[in-house]
Amino acid sequence: MSIVVFVESSDKKVKKTSMEAVFYASKIDNNVIAVALGSAHDESQLGELGKWGATDVLLDSANKFDSGDLSLSASAISEVMKTKNAKILVLATSPFGSGLAACVAVQLNASLATNVAELPDTSSGFVVKRSIFTGKAFQNVNLTNENKVIAIKKNAVDVVENGSVINISSFSAEVDGEGKIKVKDVDMIQGDILLPEAERVVSAGRGLKGPENWGMVEELASVLKAATACSKPVSDMDWRPHHEHVGQTGIKVSPQLYIAIGISGAIQHLAGVNSSKTIVVINKDPEAPFFKEADYGIVGDAFEVVPKLIEALKANN
Amino acid sequence: MVCISHVPDTTSRINFIDNNQKFDTSGVQFIIGPYDDYALAKAVDLKEETGATVTVLNVGRAETEPTLRKALAIGADNAVRIDADPLDSIQVATLISNYAKGESFDMILMGRESIDYNGGVVHGLLGEMLNITSISPVMTLKLNGGSAEMTREIEGGKEQVEVAMPFIAGCQEPIAEWKIPNMRGIMTARSKPLDVIDGSAVDMHSDAGEYSLPKTKSGVKLIDPENIGELVNLLKNEAKVI
Repeated sequence: MSIVVFVESSDKKVKKTSMEAVFYASKIDNNVIAVALGSAHDESQLGELGKWGATDVLLDSANKFDSGDLSLSASAISEVMKTKNAKILVLATSPFGSGLAACVAVQLNASLATNVAELPDTSSGFVVKRSIFTGKAFQNVNLTNENKVIAIKKNAVDVVENGSVINISSFSAEVDGEGKIKVKDVDMIQGDILLPEAERVVSAGRGLKGPENWGMVEELASVLKAATACSKPVSDMDWRPHHEHVGQTGIKVSPQLYIAIGISGAIQHLAGVNSSKTIVVINKDPEAPFFKEADYGIVGDAFEVVPKLIEALKANN
Repeated sequence: MVCISHVPDTTSRINFIDNNQKFDTSGVQFIIGPYDDYALAKAVDLKEETGATVTVLNVGRAETEPTLRKALAIGADNAVRIDADPLDSIQVATLISNYAKGESFDMILMGRESIDYNGGVVHGLLGEMLNITSISPVMTLKLNGGSAEMTREIEGGKEQVEVAMPFIAGCQEPIAEWKIPNMRGIMTARSKPLDVIDGSAVDMHSDAGEYSLPKTKSGVKLIDPENIGELVNLLKNEAKVI
């Protein structure tokens, strides 16, 4: 038996959630085959996956996989699973990962679960716990088909090193065609911390009164090596770009630390942040609902509190 | 065709009954899924632009009909309800696929995910079942002859892509502005066709089990703004996150 893990890289770096997927798979089976597709990968980075439990790493670096054609990549993954007699695919829940999971599930007639939050319980069947209602609840689901596709949520497992760097092998998937999507332009966001992957997030809302006041938010983020985020009204008013919008209809984050400045904590915002480990709320309104969801709170004026917090953090560094 | 979900309002409190085996719908108001609402608004914009016909579809029991009527009031031309209680995304996609195989749509739009089960997979499943390209999440969509130019969000950025029709798109903002039905829309929606199709048994791929709620927070620790060093200390030594 073996398990296949689909690995994504961003800017030549293997994504943290893909490392988590490898580690997750290594807790289910001893043979973990990590598969990477396309030209966005760095070979030495892929070899590092051995540290998280991969026993083989296969790379097909053909650039036909770069266009994000789900069906094409799924065919390559399904082929590896059939050849290696793997019944389980593990990957990270992401815009591409979830779509790929869906296509593989159809190709292999597999059971499918996304947003899986914990390791499976195999004492009776194969039960996974998935996050539903945008983080407001969980549901146990027994994956009953022989083949299974599991897309895990960030932080589903705490990774620890359990192996060493391995050599990677190249392969050439036998898939038809070049894909049906033509990519004409790519526009990457500047800045090196991706919001969905960030371990620390500094987020601000309407309480900041205007986009010109974001300097202190960015400075706090830089001191903490955090990503910046915002509430929906702020992105709706174009104070901040859409890709920083965290909430029910925006990005869902699950960092170790989430600092909310001048955000009241409407239920739609909380839905995007409720899997954060530690939440700090800074708001001048002591009745702000966000305080009920916070671990630490400061009732005070953001324009006084945030500069002081920056100073205190700098003094601590 | 636009596929919509019938989901609890975003402000709903989530509770479970029957030994945590069932979602408690009492007092819950149901709406068109917010992402599906973007897809619907885009379809109505395209209808105004091209004269296309918009079919809106939901998989569910009779209680979802008011949600379909609302979609008709917003501008869809006809509605289809596949009568079933699907238990997983694969069942939903299979039922939609069985219906769509007998029709000919130039595009199928839906939200990037529903906000109840958050699977985010129906567009991908349906694309593979119908053997047409699926793409998600889509932020802009412009027709260009027999194909569409779209902006697809990727982690860390976005891409401009071109896909030939027919295709499936999972939509999100800012693809179109949400539309609120006007009085004329509400009146005409009453007489627009709403067909009910039997969603007889399709294969099961999973067994749904118990629901649970996340652990509640133990209560906020308030820190005096004059003593900000205490927060740094707690983040470092108690929460261990810096």
